[in-house]
Amino acid sequence: MLWQLFWTFFKIGAFTFGSGYAMLPMIEKEVVDRRRWFEKEAFYDQLSLAQSAPGPVALNTAVFVGFRQRGPLGAVIAVLGAVLPSFAILLAVAVFLNDFRGNSYVEAAFKGIRPAVVALIAVPFIRMLKPLPWPMILLAIAAMLLLWLTGISPIWLIVAGIAAGVIHALIQTRGRQ
Amino acid sequence: MIYLQLFLSFLKIGFFGFGGGYAMLTLIESETVSGHGWLTAAQLTDIVAVSQMTPGPIAINCATYVGYTVTGNVWGSALATFAVCLPALTLMMLIVAFYTRLRNNPYVKNIVRWLRPLTVGMIGAAALMLLGPETFIDWKSIAIFAVVAVATWFKADSIIMILLAAAAGIILY
Repeated sequence: MLWQLFWTFFKIGAFTFGSGYAMLPMIEKEVVDRRRWFEKEAFYDQLSLAQSAPGPVALNTAVFVGFRQRGPLGAVIAVLGAVLPSFAILLAVAVFLNDFRGNSYVEAAFKGIRPAVVALIAVPFIRMLKPLPWPMILLAIAAMLLLWLTGISPIWLIVAGIAAGVIHALIQTRGRQ
Repeated sequence: MIYLQLFLSFLKIGFFGFGGGYAMLTLIESETVSGHGWLTAAQLTDIVAVSQMTPGPIAINCATYVGYTVTGNVWGSALATFAVCLPALTLMMLIVAFYTRLRNNPYVKNIVRWLRPLTVGMIGAAALMLLGPETFIDWKSIAIFAVVAVATWFKADSIIMILLAAAAGIILY
């Protein structure tokens, strides 16, 4: 069982590229269809909590699946499986890049890649902004400008967001009494 | 000392990392680039590119890479990776344990609602922070940006885009 947890998340960690959302179909296939550790509905229910919690979604998913199956040890084993592939690969890349920093081909390739990366971040930003109601769009743009212009740590923004949520909930529950 | 700083920085990134990989980039930037000066903005951009082409979440990829670059050994790398995973591990176990009570909790609901636009703004800030003289050298950079932006808008694959941009870089520079 522990080995199955490790191996399942090792595969997920090794073969899923891009964002956590890109991994979800593979996680669902392994965890719901193949291993039958969860009913589909229960899986998606807990997944929504994994998405709103801090930290990478893939990691949070590994924790809840592992924990549900085998308690804290299961969670640790699943996380270990999910993290090991990217750890090994990035370590190799770090060693390579630190050695080849001066190489003119590597430098030229990265000169081409850097503006592309900015585009790869800017486009999803616009895409996520569009469906929001306009007060939320204004808030998002204000948050963006605040971070960019003042250079304050985003931690303060997160703390402010949590505080706003708590106050909002307090007002709501007051209103109901 | 450097190990302690590394541990604390990536612990913070794991703990306050709401909203997915791109939103977390702002936090990673503030800790590793403008905070400790472990990386330049260009180096962080390079890691994001590598991250797109390799499996695994950006935050973990960054931790592994920065840990190695800063200390020059595997232990620094392992420590930073462990630190970034630790909050997810502990917080998620608590969340799962109290799952039934949290599911319809008005506090959780409202916090999620307020964090959504803020984390979207953080993604925009990440793009702006990486947009500097190191990443945009000349008109060729702007041309690459424009082409990739349009292609991404029409759902082009990001790995292919990065490979094409790398080829363009080798030809143009």
